[in-house]
Amino acid sequence: MDDPLLLAGETFSSRLILGTGGAPSLDALEASLSASGTEIVTVALRRLDPTARGSVLDVVDRLGCRVLPNTAGCFTARDAVLTAHLAREAFETDWIKLEVIGDDRTLLPDAVELLDATEQLVDAGFQVFAYTTDDPILGRRLADAGVAAVMPLGSPIGSGAGIRNPYNIAILRESVAVPVVLDAGIGTASDAALAMELGCDAVLLASAVTRAQVPARMAEAMRKAVEAGRLAHSAGRIPRRLYAEASTSFAGLPAL
Amino acid sequence: MIVTLNGSPEELPDGAQLSDLLAVHGHTTAARGIAIALNGAVVRRADWAAQALDDGDAVELLVAVQGG
Repeated sequence: MDDPLLLAGETFSSRLILGTGGAPSLDALEASLSASGTEIVTVALRRLDPTARGSVLDVVDRLGCRVLPNTAGCFTARDAVLTAHLAREAFETDWIKLEVIGDDRTLLPDAVELLDATEQLVDAGFQVFAYTTDDPILGRRLADAGVAAVMPLGSPIGSGAGIRNPYNIAILRESVAVPVVLDAGIGTASDAALAMELGCDAVLLASAVTRAQVPARMAEAMRKAVEAGRLAHSAGRIPRRLYAEASTSFAGLPAL
Repeated sequence: MIVTLNGSPEELPDGAQLSDLLAVHGHTTAARGIAIALNGAVVRRADWAAQALDDGDAVELLVAVQGG
């Protein structure tokens, strides 16, 4: 089925975006990225570490993936905007995964700072991929501000708790015209499938793969889950009922 | 002169430029995946080659790392 993902004017065949944080080694990361079939990969910027060997960017480039830099670790709009501008110089891309967190225990987005940073970055010509809560109203405000995609969390980053409020995700999906990418909280393949069944356009995950016992195998599972969930969503599921509905007709039942 | 690189003091010959500092750490001004802030402001890639440094400047040299 030809069902491309449209993001910021570009077309992708995979609906799975992979974060690279938490991988035990660059070799393990490369195996996972390959198995996932992803075409978009997130990276971060940190101070130069003279002891580091190899670069995550070499892995991403070798696989031909597009880089989506993030602003992980930023607590204020000011820091996030500055980090986005640094990322634009580093990776020569206008794409930015905008994370502005409220504290380091929950890593939940700070809605006020997030919206402020979004407006500044859209004005500066960035394609903003906004990591946000599952609040449909905030999602709408971000869409109105001009983001390339709204990226609600399923549950806190790295928690593996899945999608805690699927109803909000479904409402958010209906509330905005831009792509919705479920970002954060995915624990296993069924979580990714659920995100797609709820109508999300793509799934972004990192820890669920990089911290799995066999990362490349989990990456393959996620690829299949995202494909299955997307197919199921477009196929149209049957309604949930309290009582049974016979699949075999009672008509023509013999008198025994 | 002494500049601060990523929070640590670093001695450079007087008149050294940003490109010299990059070279000391194995990077060229064409390197992909690195970013530079000078005294809290982003230095555009196009300006790296000609950017002068002064005693007391604070340089942040950032590189691509794994991240979600």
